[in-house]
Amino acid sequence: MLAPAILWLGALVVLPHVELAVLSFRERVGPHNYAASLAQYKTFFTDPLYWNVFVRTALMSVAATLLTLLLAFPIAWTIAKLSTGRASSLLFILCLIPFWVSETVRTLGWMILLRESGVLPALLVKLGVTAVPVEFLYHDATILVGLIYTSLLFMLIPLISSLESLDNALIEAAYDLGAGGFAILRTIVIPHAAPGITAGCIVVFMLTLGNYLTPTLLGGKNSQWFTEQIYTQFITRFNWEQGAAFGFLLLGLSTAMVVIGLKLAGQRFGDVMRRT
Amino acid sequence: MIPTLPHPAWLRAATAVYVVAFLAFLFLPLVVVAVFAFNDAPYPAPPWRGFTLDWFLGNSSKGRTGLIADSELMGSILTSGGVALWVTLLSVLLGTANAFLLERGRFPGKQALSVLMLAPLVIPGVILGISILAFASRIAEFADDTLGWELDFLRPGLPLVVLGQFSFIATIATLTISARLRRFDRTLEEAAFNLGASQAAVFRTIVLPYLRPALLGSAAISFLMSFEDFNTTLMLVGADSPLTVMMYGRMREGASPVLNAVSLFLMAASALLALTFMRRRPQAH
Repeated sequence: MLAPAILWLGALVVLPHVELAVLSFRERVGPHNYAASLAQYKTFFTDPLYWNVFVRTALMSVAATLLTLLLAFPIAWTIAKLSTGRASSLLFILCLIPFWVSETVRTLGWMILLRESGVLPALLVKLGVTAVPVEFLYHDATILVGLIYTSLLFMLIPLISSLESLDNALIEAAYDLGAGGFAILRTIVIPHAAPGITAGCIVVFMLTLGNYLTPTLLGGKNSQWFTEQIYTQFITRFNWEQGAAFGFLLLGLSTAMVVIGLKLAGQRFGDVMRRT
Repeated sequence: MIPTLPHPAWLRAATAVYVVAFLAFLFLPLVVVAVFAFNDAPYPAPPWRGFTLDWFLGNSSKGRTGLIADSELMGSILTSGGVALWVTLLSVLLGTANAFLLERGRFPGKQALSVLMLAPLVIPGVILGISILAFASRIAEFADDTLGWELDFLRPGLPLVVLGQFSFIATIATLTISARLRRFDRTLEEAAFNLGASQAAVFRTIVLPYLRPALLGSAAISFLMSFEDFNTTLMLVGADSPLTVMMYGRMREGASPVLNAVSLFLMAASALLALTFMRRRPQAH
């Protein structure tokens, strides 16, 4: 029983990453001749282009994660606390349905809605808000909307499960003792939901950071997403050494955020994964 | 806040408005994709010019190639389906083996192994893709240099796509099947053994029927995730494009309502899968 698991993890996860590490720490000095070097990482830190794209991807991902949390929280609250029985499960299933559909299809929908000849610009002209159709694609805000859209479910599920386990009596007690809505949220709801919030934020951040489709299609040439740099180095330029180094930097950032998130909430990795 | 506490009317109204706006946000992109699959115009854009089925059935007689006649798109659907079948088969088999390993096995390093099994879910898909690509090429080159073998399946192409998707979908199958096996009442097995059943008979008549909902569920999820995967697939793809990669290429080139048509087909297919899966679900508990 151990053999299949070892074969899977060894041949498809561990060894490929060892190979990637080896690639990233070498440099081509001639045909079929390589030398150990830190050149690939040096390029990253000295060329402002790569560095900027990296930081930009990280910051946009943080922004998308926080906005997703803000937008999803009221819905999770409605599903977990305000509605009951049938209404609650109906609402949950309605939130679930769009995520059964491929990200490609959802992105196509946003493109039809937002491009210059699309639905929203036409509507704005008709309503007299703008004189001519406006191009909504290829802005940072558009990329954020797309990223939030693809992430919502991964935030909703852990939020709902952590809010459902919160005993209503605690909220009632706090209310009877004179606490206002904000005080209840800050001292009771958020501490209780912290594991769910952490789990949701970690998953959403990871998925956003590693996303390729949404930033490149909705952002076009302005997307400047780090996964795109990896693709360019690896597939377009065939510079595997550089691409491998970029891959490792992205993996490092992603792992660092997971570890920091878990530390902040004092949780174990396995528990978080089982929650989602 | 909660229903048992006094609730100002404005807050209730605001909640209702927010929920409606949220659902509109979720469904708007899907609705426009579906609607413009039937628009009688060469581009999926307003205004509405009347209803047509050209984008499904058109055979390029009117200069419109519908989904049925678009052999490239139809071919990529078949490609994706074939890849997804392989990934599903491999993932469910490995997931079952892993479930028994994790729930029944006792060996040193079990804790570490079970954490390592979760790793594919936290590694970005793009990186899984390039690392498998690099490792497969290393083996292919090694085999070529030392043994003179041409291992074509290790070059970018469908076999690598299957392996790449399998690397992380196996984790999901493992989690689903283990969760069900954990709740299994082992006295049932013991009773059967006491009554003289063989190991194989117990597995076939007691354990397997119990696991069936989880096996079917993880098969459905595996198929869907494989069919819809983009990140890992993009890095490993060769000459034959699966549907998501093909659609991505076309979406970058420009817009044609035939993409809406194929999207609508995808939506219908995943809805069908979701419905059968959800109908089965209540029996699982």
